[in-house]
Amino acid sequence: MTPIQRPQSRALSRRSFLVTTGSLGIAVAFGSLPDLTYGATPATAVAGDFRPNAWITIAADGTVSIIAPAVEMGQGIMTTLPLLVAEELDADWNRVRVVQAPSDAETYGNPGFYGIQLTGGSESTRGYNALLRLTGAQTRLILMAGAASLLNVPVSELDTAPGRVVHPSSGRGLDYGEIAARAVLPDPLPQATEADLKPRDRWRYVGSRSIQRIDVPSKVNGTAVYGIDVQLPGMLYGAVLRAPVQDERPDAIDDTEARRVPGLTHIVPLPYGVGIIGETVEATKRAKDLLNVTWSTTSRVRNYTSRRLLDEYRAIGRDTGKKGVSAHADGDAEAAIADAATVIEVDYMSDHVAHATMEPMNATALVTGDRVEIWAPTQGPTSTQGFAADVAGTTPDKVKVNTTLLGGGFGRKAEADFIVDAVSLAKAVEGRPVKVIWSREDDVRHDKFRPLEAQHVKVGLDAQGNIVGWRHRIVADSIFARTLPPVFEEAGGHDDVVTEGAKFNYAIPAHQIEYLRQDHGLAIGFWFAVGVGYTRFAIECVVDEIAAARGIDPVALRLELLKDQPRAREVVETVARMAEWDRTRDGRGLGIAYSDAFGSHCAQVAEVSLNRETGDIRVHKVWCAIDPGVAIQPLHIEAMMIAGITGGTGHALFEQINVVDGEVQESNFDTYRVIRMSEAPEIEVSVVPTPGSPFGGIGQAGLPPTGPAIANAVARLTGGVRLRHYPFLPDRVKAALES
Amino acid sequence: MTAFTINGRAIDVVAEPDTPLLWVIREHLKLTGTKFACGIAQCGACTVHVDGEPTRSCQTFLQDVAGRDVITIEGLSPDSSHPLQKAWIAEQVPQCGYCQSGQIMQAAALLAATPNPTRERIIDHMDGNICRCGTYVRIISAIQRAAREG
Repeated sequence: MTPIQRPQSRALSRRSFLVTTGSLGIAVAFGSLPDLTYGATPATAVAGDFRPNAWITIAADGTVSIIAPAVEMGQGIMTTLPLLVAEELDADWNRVRVVQAPSDAETYGNPGFYGIQLTGGSESTRGYNALLRLTGAQTRLILMAGAASLLNVPVSELDTAPGRVVHPSSGRGLDYGEIAARAVLPDPLPQATEADLKPRDRWRYVGSRSIQRIDVPSKVNGTAVYGIDVQLPGMLYGAVLRAPVQDERPDAIDDTEARRVPGLTHIVPLPYGVGIIGETVEATKRAKDLLNVTWSTTSRVRNYTSRRLLDEYRAIGRDTGKKGVSAHADGDAEAAIADAATVIEVDYMSDHVAHATMEPMNATALVTGDRVEIWAPTQGPTSTQGFAADVAGTTPDKVKVNTTLLGGGFGRKAEADFIVDAVSLAKAVEGRPVKVIWSREDDVRHDKFRPLEAQHVKVGLDAQGNIVGWRHRIVADSIFARTLPPVFEEAGGHDDVVTEGAKFNYAIPAHQIEYLRQDHGLAIGFWFAVGVGYTRFAIECVVDEIAAARGIDPVALRLELLKDQPRAREVVETVARMAEWDRTRDGRGLGIAYSDAFGSHCAQVAEVSLNRETGDIRVHKVWCAIDPGVAIQPLHIEAMMIAGITGGTGHALFEQINVVDGEVQESNFDTYRVIRMSEAPEIEVSVVPTPGSPFGGIGQAGLPPTGPAIANAVARLTGGVRLRHYPFLPDRVKAALES
Repeated sequence: MTAFTINGRAIDVVAEPDTPLLWVIREHLKLTGTKFACGIAQCGACTVHVDGEPTRSCQTFLQDVAGRDVITIEGLSPDSSHPLQKAWIAEQVPQCGYCQSGQIMQAAALLAATPNPTRERIIDHMDGNICRCGTYVRIISAIQRAAREG
């Protein structure tokens, strides 16, 4: 048995119970934003509501409010985590409402992800599930103890049904609301251990296909509140004119014309740009267009030209005498390859990609004395507190963050630049809230792109074709060096997220991964699946290159490399069956790829055709088999696979950012091409959980296999033409066909 | 001052005539279901109906709607009972959901004119609306469901 975890014991101490009950309604957690709760009609928080811990409040009418500690950006986590609590609590899901957590890392931080409030890395379910399930189970025990005293029966004779404690032998029962209102609680409170968790066959909600997402109804009628929708009394609007090249600053600001715009109230010089405050959005936009700014010309980012740098990165990857930081070393891959009968040595590359979340960067801030309140679509409430405090000259504990829904995140909204904008401008008009909205052009040009990267993969095969050694060299700038310097330094200069996914579960005797960090000054960031999005591209394509060299089937080779991994084999076999792998299609090719990233096993087969004249690839259909360990919400897991596959197709075929002399060339959806409906493949998903396995991550698990499945399909369709550079633009495809 | 009707209500708006309708709707009238995403009519997130026609409100200006009838997602049905809204829930279409007001308004215009569209017709009609979460296949299913169930 595992003892109950520390934070929960603290939350459930007798003292904290006495302090919180009857005095704190957590419905006020949203400050002045109304209607950001979901589920059953919100009960008014009244004195007498039972709040056994920081996560759960039970009203006398039986409504159970559950805190959602991770932010909702489309990945469904606002439903998933409360559902785990409700399952163990045996709550009536129809009478549950969900409340977004306030900024309080000590109480609501992710125990498995630095202990802070940061949603990303597909870490939420994996990090929170143990704590939340135990919290639900313990609350159930508390309610049963309360019911035992009210019914005057031994607790051992009691059971629960959704929202009720029942006494089967007498047929009596008590609603949770009634117990919360009337019961005298035992002292000490009952504790819960893993032994108190429901056995799998008693789950009512986990794994049910009838559980829908709680946020969906608000997203079909315009009532969902995203950051950009925040409305506050006396609110002003803000915009920021940013330097055309990162790290430049305004040397001279001519705002003569801008100041004539009706409704403009303030021009605020900033270290990195010029802020504009006005009474309307349109006033800030007009004034922004009329500013005449002379920018400094000293930033080293002016030397950044992505096409040229990528050539350099590839050369560095190939120069195997140049050592990097070891990211993984199992056996002596170099020696094994030196003795190999056959060596496959290839380069894989990817260009920068932008997030382009549908909701552009925005935030609203109010500065009052040393207090700051923020309303924002942020993935990182805790880091938001820190950045806002720095700007406002206060301390993080004086910063309150109200996290709204996010109109897409993909890692972009873990950044703080839009928060800094809002606080900087709010500071200039203390006492009035300011909502800053970025233009789409700024959103794209001033994104933190996924790293530009080149990978050099060198694999040795023996005379029988067995892999004897695998070297994987990854050449890219660092994300962690900028975003989490202590993590980067502690790892000895290795960037775990840039090389993420390079370590795989294929059985090979010697495997070596090196990171060759570059530093050219451009701020790069987390993107959908981050490193896994390109490392698995290289790995899965190289596996097919090996299969081709050996003249064996790519599915068969994967099954051979995964011979001791039943869960992995299961998804590979399932997807091959779904796609009718052995059936040939006229003019179309099939390709397969597999990934074990994020704690989930995912295999996909793509069916493609190719226009050899134009170089256009058409992805007709993608089949997907996913083993997420526990399938908490199967319908939603399918949705996440659809997201990964559709986004993965678009990113493999179209998405590309070019930086020339530090200036980003793309700016809006007319130049930054993302996938549209007519280009989206049909998708068929099979969810194949494995009883008894741990909870896997789902948010990003669907993207990594899609691109390599497409590339592998093109190779099989064309007799071996390899696409090794994301995205597969028509000119690149034609060049590959001609070479 | 510009007079028009929005969701059946007659209003007068005081703003520059060349103010984008999108910002009038969102920030003057506080109807925030209509979304800003690109500002150049490339993504469809801001789609509303003007006299029944699906229209990108980011590139429509206040002066363009004088005397006309504007419907936003908030006015599509009084209680989320439009067949598309029901189908969107049944198919669990939205992920982040930000583009979905525009998707639904675009689709509503299609079904109003073509009650039983083919798959090709749906894709052709919806291709100007971007969904960055990639919900396209469920959008198609939901439109087909709404057409079927009415």
